[in-house]
Order: sequence, then C-alpha cells, then structure tokens
Amino acid sequence: MECLLGIKGRDFVLMASDCVVSAHGIVAMKKDHDKMFKMTDSLVMSVIGHGGDDVQFAEYIAKNIQLYRMRNGYNLSTKEAATFTRRNLADYLRSNTPYSVHLLIGGFDREEGASLYYMDYLATSTKVPFAVHGYGAYFTLSTMDRYYHDDMTQKEALHLLQRCIDEINTRFVINMPTYKIRIVDKDGIHDLDDMKPTGSGGSQGPESMLG
Amino acid sequence: MSIMSYNGGAIMAMRGKDCVAIAADRRFGIQAQTVSMDFDKIFEMGPRLYIGLAGLATDIQTVSERLKFRVNLYELRENRRIKPKTLLSVVSNLLYERRFGPYFIEPVIAGIDPLTLEPYVASCDLIGCPMVAKDFAVSGTCSEQMYGMCESLWVEDMTPDQLFEAISQALMNSVDRDALSGWGAIVHIIERDRVTTKTLKTRMD
Repeated sequence: MECLLGIKGRDFVLMASDCVVSAHGIVAMKKDHDKMFKMTDSLVMSVIGHGGDDVQFAEYIAKNIQLYRMRNGYNLSTKEAATFTRRNLADYLRSNTPYSVHLLIGGFDREEGASLYYMDYLATSTKVPFAVHGYGAYFTLSTMDRYYHDDMTQKEALHLLQRCIDEINTRFVINMPTYKIRIVDKDGIHDLDDMKPTGSGGSQGPESMLG
Repeated sequence: MSIMSYNGGAIMAMRGKDCVAIAADRRFGIQAQTVSMDFDKIFEMGPRLYIGLAGLATDIQTVSERLKFRVNLYELRENRRIKPKTLLSVVSNLLYERRFGPYFIEPVIAGIDPLTLEPYVASCDLIGCPMVAKDFAVSGTCSEQMYGMCESLWVEDMTPDQLFEAISQALMNSVDRDALSGWGAIVHIIERDRVTTKTLKTRMD
C-alpha cells in the first residue's frame, strides 16, 4: 500500500515517498510520516517494509555507514553503500530473521555523479534511471518510460513526478494525500515542499511536456 | 509460482573451432513487471573464462560474488589462472554445499583453457551436478526453446563469425517466445587471443 519513487536527472536524484502509516490493513494512523533516511550528506535511502523491519534495517544500515566514515575518514560512495546494503540483506535473507524491506538508494558522488539503486526484498540490486516500489509502480512506470530522458533538469523531473502522483491519485484505490520530496545533488540533500496530487489527473500535464 | 521463473532469464553457450561464445538476455523483472533492461547475468572469471547464471536474480548476484571470491583466492594461492574445468568443480562444490537450501540458479560456463587452448562449455543444475557439453549448453525460463534452436543451428567447427551468427539467432528467437526473457541480449565471443562483446537489440517486450 506504500509507494516509493525515484528519478535520476542529469546531476541529481529526485526521491519521493508517500507519507501514510497504516495499521491492521485498513486504518490510516498518520499521513505525514517520512520514509526516507539520510545515510550521509549526499546519500538518501527510502524504505518500505513490514512490521518495523523498514526502520530497523534502515537505521542499522545508516549507523554502519556512519561507522565506516568514522573509522576510515571518508564516506562510502553510492555504489559502495548499495553493495553493502545488498550484502547485509542477502545474508539475512537465508537466516531465521530475514528483513522484508524494499528500498531505493539515491546519492551523488564525484566519480559517478548521480546514481539511483533499486533493491527488492530478496536483495536484488540494480542501478536504474528511475524506479518505483509498491502498487504505485503499476500506474506510473509507463508514464516514466514515455517522458523520461537522460538529461532531465530538476524542473522536468518534478513535472514528471507530478504526473505520476496525479495518476496514482486518480487510479489507485488507496488514498495517499501527500508525498515527501528530496533532491540529492553535489550540494547535498535538499528537502522540498511536500507534493500533493493536483485535481487534473495524470493524463493532463503541462503544455511543455507534450510531444 | 516457481522460484526459478520469478525473475526470468536465459543463458546460452556454444562451442566452435578454437572459440566459444556465451550469450544472455538483459531483462530483470519481477514476475510480469520489467524493472531494468541492463541486468548483467554473465560474469568474467578470467581473461578467457565467463560464467552465465540464470534463475533467481538475488542468487545470481550472491553466487557471482561468492564465486569471484573463491576464484580470487584460488589464483592467489596457485599463482596461475583457473582452468575452465576447475571452475566447474568450484561451482559444483559451492552449490552442493547448499544441497538442502540451494541457491536458485543454473550456471553455464564458457571458456578457453589457458594452457591447452581447448574450447570448453559446461553447465550445472542448481545443486551442482556438472555436465560438460561438446556442442552447447542452455539454461533459463525458455530452455526448451533454446534446446530446439541450438539443435537446429549448431554445427561442428564453426568460425567465430559463424558462431556469433548462430548463437545470436538461437538466443533471439528463443527469448522472443518467452514472456519473462528478452529486452535485449549480450554476446561474448571468446577466442584464443581476444574477447569480443556485442549487444543485440531484440523485440523490446
């Protein structure tokens, strides 16, 4: 019922997550919950999962990444952090206490620039230009395929994200009124204003996006 | 829902005259949903030795990492490159260690022996049963289609160019008939003195 989105632009990664916390399947406990965790100054991880696994695993990874920085004096790059996360998740997978989490890792480092990694609950990790977790994927991946291109500016990426959020709002049965947005670029992590679906529905984007 | 067909994929290797070729599709999907079209399933274990892994994507990544670790240690201890048939034994051991909780992958090995320069193609099942092939080896969700295509197109003693044509046509036409495989293909042609890598554009669906 939860949704994570990520879009990699020319020199930034745009991360978005819904803000609903549900209980017993049907009750919306909270509608302003932040599902993203700051790993380092230029690395963000958004997580969804069952029964507390999401926060437990995310905090465990975040603390270990900080420990690496303290021991070695420099931050892990995005790829290294993703590999570390994948190794942990894969090791726990065949233990008695596997973590059931889906995550997106978005970061910026000097060697690779902006990168976005998709990881599912089985610990399959892959670098992608854009990604969505949750039921929201069924409503938005095609839109992203149509309008995404390699060199997107922040403005274009935000337009694309607005389209996707509008489509989820129109067609997904669960109500997700707000999305937390963060941008990771060379200057670090920037919190933007929460994005809400406009009334227009996903098929009507701004004129500039047509054609 | 079978675990081996959760992600989908296809690997194929063929033997030629003094050369081998290994090819794979590039799709990473979760059942019907395609997530990525550049997921690597073939890994280099030596300058003329490649292993392709088909099956559950997380185990493809875990086994390739664990195998590379073992091969690195082997090469440090022995101070020489690993032979293809030794790699087959290492893979078989790695998989059989997990006999009652296996990695859900079926590997295909293609390489040229570093000393005798013999071409070598082999495969295993998910618990490490080794099989050396004199012609071709296939693995994946469309293995039946791949067996049919390989049986029709493979002939003995193909040159590298003929081998490239044969393996490309065989893989492309097999994955086109499988919903869970495809979205592009990558082919490595391994000869005595070089490795050529080519990407193919297949039906992107």
